[in-house]
Amino acid sequence: MEDVKKLEAFQAKIDAEIKIEPKDWMPEDYRKHLQRQISQHAHSEIIGMQPEGNWLLRAPSLRAKVVLLAKIQDEAGHGLYLYSAAETLGKSRTEYLEELRTAKAKYSSIFNYPTLTWADMGAVGWLVDGAAIVNQVSLQRTSYGPYARGMVKICKEESFHQRQGYEIIADMARGSEAQKEMAQDALNRFWWPSIMMFGPHDSDSPNTGNAVKWKIKRATNDELRQSFIDKTVHQAEIIGLTIPDPDLKWNEAKGHYDFGKMDWDEFWRVVKGGGPCSKQRLKHYNDAHENGKWVREAAKAYSDKQLTKEKVA
Amino acid sequence: MTTNEALVKYCLRLGDSSLILGQRMAAWCSNGPVLEEDIALSNIGLDLFGQARTMLTYVGEIEGKGRTENDLAFKRLEREFYNTLLSERPNGHFGDTVVRNLLHSAYTYHLYTALKDSSNETIAAFASKSLKEITYHLRHSAEWVVRLGDGTEESHNKAQVSLNEIWEYTDDLFTMNEVDDLLIKENVAVDLNNIKSLWSNTINEILERATLSRPEDSFMQAGSLNGMHSEVLGHLLAEMQFLPRAYPDANW
Repeated sequence: MEDVKKLEAFQAKIDAEIKIEPKDWMPEDYRKHLQRQISQHAHSEIIGMQPEGNWLLRAPSLRAKVVLLAKIQDEAGHGLYLYSAAETLGKSRTEYLEELRTAKAKYSSIFNYPTLTWADMGAVGWLVDGAAIVNQVSLQRTSYGPYARGMVKICKEESFHQRQGYEIIADMARGSEAQKEMAQDALNRFWWPSIMMFGPHDSDSPNTGNAVKWKIKRATNDELRQSFIDKTVHQAEIIGLTIPDPDLKWNEAKGHYDFGKMDWDEFWRVVKGGGPCSKQRLKHYNDAHENGKWVREAAKAYSDKQLTKEKVA
Repeated sequence: MTTNEALVKYCLRLGDSSLILGQRMAAWCSNGPVLEEDIALSNIGLDLFGQARTMLTYVGEIEGKGRTENDLAFKRLEREFYNTLLSERPNGHFGDTVVRNLLHSAYTYHLYTALKDSSNETIAAFASKSLKEITYHLRHSAEWVVRLGDGTEESHNKAQVSLNEIWEYTDDLFTMNEVDDLLIKENVAVDLNNIKSLWSNTINEILERATLSRPEDSFMQAGSLNGMHSEVLGHLLAEMQFLPRAYPDANW
């Protein structure tokens, strides 16, 4: 009975656009949904450092190198904010990371694709960050306070990332024949995985139900995907690249682009760990964690010794 | 050798050491022991790349051959680099990295402190700005060397081995040649013998806090002044220079 009242009060707050804060009562499913979503988002930032890190040492100019390094550093920072936001839901960063290490938690499947040429640094920034922004802009209005506030900060940096990526691919598309080919090839490889980043069609999306009612999600997968496609098509045209979808057509009546069928078999295969780099990414993370074990132990031992010294003094 | 030729060589030493060590630091990205450290290590790399860009751009201006910072970074060969031998030492494990960085940042800390008074305005401004960054790099690496040295038995042993193995590359930091002779006279450069004693004091102090023993000076490497490097530099350059070399006509 009490829970019913609490639930009503909770829903009333949500309906009135009042943010839910860490110490407020919340339904267990709301908490679990957010723990899953925010930590998955944090893990994506961390794993996402790898495909870009792959080109850091080979960036073709000093400017490109520092911009890319700064960008990857931002992502690590986003990971930190997000783990902090997720920790307000009563679970520690260590626990979340344990879930990542043991593959119990997921991260965005897009990072399970390889970055094969420098143009991929363009495609990742332009398309992957571009898609992420569409989602994150909408999440600035999410009902959980710490997550919404984290998103405001993250969105500012992400829009810089997207411009950085677009600049790389635009320069290449205007460059030599070889550069143009690399740019088009990168778009061909990243287009479909990028538009699938928004997740399954609304009709097939198992996590949408309460998430909309509780205003965790402010727009559906299909709405977000459409908005991303509508704004990206023009950006490709400007730089003379072709989006690899023969069914892509402006639909005057709808005021949106129509587009072709996505390969959901591939999507689910990659989500379940069958991406070209799935094993590699997780192993990389786990190796770094394992290699750092003695360092973390040393830091802990040193700090314990200092505490003991302070007590004695 | 003209003063200008000496100045070009001198600035290449500064710029190249930052560039090569920066490249080493960038390799830590996504490999740090904790997320905060990943950010700290990349941050050091970013500072170093910034320093390298300032110096290489300046070299391009004064040598008068129309070379840009990128030409200098990506189109020179192994024997044309003048970075310190220490800066190119591989990352190894975290202990190897922080020990290397301690030895190098203590050197640049004292060097830049002295170069703030250089008669060359660009070098003085570079030293002044870089010193703020290097002060942090020194603090970061010193704190870690102390934590590792006075942490667990394993970390102590590892840090001591790191120190023993890299020690032979420290003498190269203080070698001088006619470039220094010429520029010291002009008050552009500073006597590295003075820097060496300051460096030595700093290192002794940190090693003592870290309960680590300072290795003996036995066989010591040298060569950076003549562009004589370890084999590792060629591999670093092969990776770093790949794109501009593979596509010489492309703009990025």
